[in-house]
Amino acid sequence: MSARTTIIPFRPRPRRAEKVVSNGVLGMILIVFVEIMLFAGFISAFVIVKARAVGSVWPPPNQPRLPFERTAINTTMLIASGIVLLIAHRAYQRGNRSIGLLLMLATLLGGAFVTLQGVEWVALLQEGLTLTSSTYGSLFYTIIGAHAAHAVVAIGLLAWAWLRLMAGTLSREAMSTVSLFWYFVVLVWPFLYFQVYL
Amino acid sequence: MVEPAVDLTHGHPHEDHAHHGPQGIMKYLWSTDHKVIAMQYMFTGMFMALIGGFMAYVFRMQLAFPGMNVPGFGMVSPGEYNALVTNHGTIMIFWVAMPVLLAAFGNYLIPLMVGADDMVFPKVNRLSYQIFFLSTVVILASLVVEGGGFAGAWTAYPPLSADETYNLTPLGSTLWLVGVGLEFVAFLLGGINFITTLMNSRAPGMRAFDVPIVVWMIVVASILFMLSVGPLLAGAIMLLFDQTIGTGFFNPATGGDPILWQHLFWFFGHPEVYVVLLPAMGVVIEIITTFARKKVFAYRTVIFTVVAIGVLSFFVWAHHQFIAGIDPRMANIFTITTLLISVPMAELCFVYIATLYRGSITLSTPMLWALAFVAEFLIGGVTGIFLGAAGADVYFHDTYFVLAHFHYTFFPIAIIGTFAAFTYWFPKMFGKMMDERLGKWHFWLTIIPFNMIFIPLFVLGMGGQHRRIYNYEHFPELAIPWFQDMRQLATYSLLIMLGAQFIFFYNCFKSWRSGARASRNPWKANSLEWTTESPPPHGNWHPDDMPVVYRGPYEYSVPDREDDYWPQNEPALKGGPGE
Repeated sequence: MSARTTIIPFRPRPRRAEKVVSNGVLGMILIVFVEIMLFAGFISAFVIVKARAVGSVWPPPNQPRLPFERTAINTTMLIASGIVLLIAHRAYQRGNRSIGLLLMLATLLGGAFVTLQGVEWVALLQEGLTLTSSTYGSLFYTIIGAHAAHAVVAIGLLAWAWLRLMAGTLSREAMSTVSLFWYFVVLVWPFLYFQVYL
Repeated sequence: MVEPAVDLTHGHPHEDHAHHGPQGIMKYLWSTDHKVIAMQYMFTGMFMALIGGFMAYVFRMQLAFPGMNVPGFGMVSPGEYNALVTNHGTIMIFWVAMPVLLAAFGNYLIPLMVGADDMVFPKVNRLSYQIFFLSTVVILASLVVEGGGFAGAWTAYPPLSADETYNLTPLGSTLWLVGVGLEFVAFLLGGINFITTLMNSRAPGMRAFDVPIVVWMIVVASILFMLSVGPLLAGAIMLLFDQTIGTGFFNPATGGDPILWQHLFWFFGHPEVYVVLLPAMGVVIEIITTFARKKVFAYRTVIFTVVAIGVLSFFVWAHHQFIAGIDPRMANIFTITTLLISVPMAELCFVYIATLYRGSITLSTPMLWALAFVAEFLIGGVTGIFLGAAGADVYFHDTYFVLAHFHYTFFPIAIIGTFAAFTYWFPKMFGKMMDERLGKWHFWLTIIPFNMIFIPLFVLGMGGQHRRIYNYEHFPELAIPWFQDMRQLATYSLLIMLGAQFIFFYNCFKSWRSGARASRNPWKANSLEWTTESPPPHGNWHPDDMPVVYRGPYEYSVPDREDDYWPQNEPALKGGPGE
């Protein structure tokens, strides 16, 4: 019996380990992974349908072109909003609580992005690009619409964070969680922009 | 998506440490306790299993006795037959296997096994069940709306699923799609909880390799689910637009691509197999190690193997599409990856056998289920090799061979795995011991008819019988009398198997009412859930007495120890064994 004695290392009474990532941030990271895969699905659908286009003509000949240049203004505003939020977020992490103005600026820039998108959609609809006019239109409105829906939710979260900040009850974890979602919305946009608009 | 994100920051369990939720009936309807939510998932899943089983009864009666007036249903029209088959598949996978194995046992076991008082986001957890409940209502409603339930197979291939002039169920197919989509959202919220709880709420001292394998498996399954479901949700949105708005994503006439849906679906659909398989495999290994009184063979290898399965499972999906018109060179690649993934699967089976080897085996009811899982799943796995090889699949595709193979994998997973887990943790869940004699009757009267249902279907498949046929008498060259006898044999066996389930329900009820009182640790197992009361109180342990972990969960039959088990939370004595 003693020849088979296994040695199990003795452990002193353990203490609770430090969390590597806080709960909210980890949960949001998981949500962002799902969202990345969602948009990956949309993008792959776009690539496949584009590759199958009749005579490799894309966009389809009778459909309006997307305003690549005008949307560049939009894109700049969205990215600027992301940078502003990054500054605010980092300041908040260091304990600087007077980020109300920055947070509001980021939210407003995000709101302006969505508003300009809406204006652009109205113009495109009048030019004859609709959800059912072609697969081009279907993909455009589905993919960009999905992004816009995410942006609206994220702006709501930013506004909520701003209200909490004003009330003085915004935890750092909550700030990080909300910021993470906005970074996702900002960072996924260039991929969609260059893929769909070009 | 607003609410969960808000909840993520709110729902920290330690903020409201008082642990006094709603009282009375609201305690069960509006609770954030992971155990109550687990029961909600479990009972919803079992209810749906009855519906799915009833559907199987109706269409198997139609197959065995075509044109018969099925008792309890009536005449089965071709459209109804297709709707029954479709919704049997959908319900059994998405409303039985997933909620019971992943959601119910994940919810019940993870906090208890890692020594946490609840999930990390209890409110998200409650929201998860509420959305799931809503999805259940939607899928059940889809069966009774005008035009009948969706009848385009559970894979919902367009154009049949996209165009109502083909499927003739405009409302049913849309509700079906919405129901499935809602259900995925519910499990996404659940998965966030599972992963975060394992990462952040482990008991002090519980290292990565002290976590019971079933928890690892459920969490890996959740990760697989979360990484694979995005493309399917994208596809589902596009399919919904095709159905309702009239876009043409999957319509070749407008430049769409029907194969695109198949890729998006199977990119999710194949990892989904492992999403439900892994929790069942984890359950089985917990039971085998407990009733063999032996340490799990090669714990770390199991964990790495599971991760390997998870990674590989993302690269096998197109083996479902060998005859869908994909490039044969691509078929070669997917044949290779499919054969590759059988290597880690075989490894797990060897681990089970090696754990049993020279163990001190007790053939209790949970152990019988666990052993049956290994044996039956092996048959399912081996027949999968034939289907995974593109050459053989050309012949076997869409025959009963596929159907029998599928059921030899999913029945062990969803039914045998669930019964194994349920009988094993029943004392913990309800504080009563189950009746062993009834349990064994139920076991044998389920396992033997199960094989008698599906072995004939293997034979039918090898005989070339196509699987999507309503009445074989309409096809003279298929209506071979001998084959019809096989179909009747399968149907009779199904009747016996369904009847045997009443033994189970009677056993549950009887044990719950008047079973012997269960002690804290009736099976003398090591993991943390056995260190608290049966059933565990709200908060799982007394707040001042949360468990602390000193060793891995599988220290059975340690030499020089009086007991043949060694709970994870028991400190090693100075000078005693293990110091």
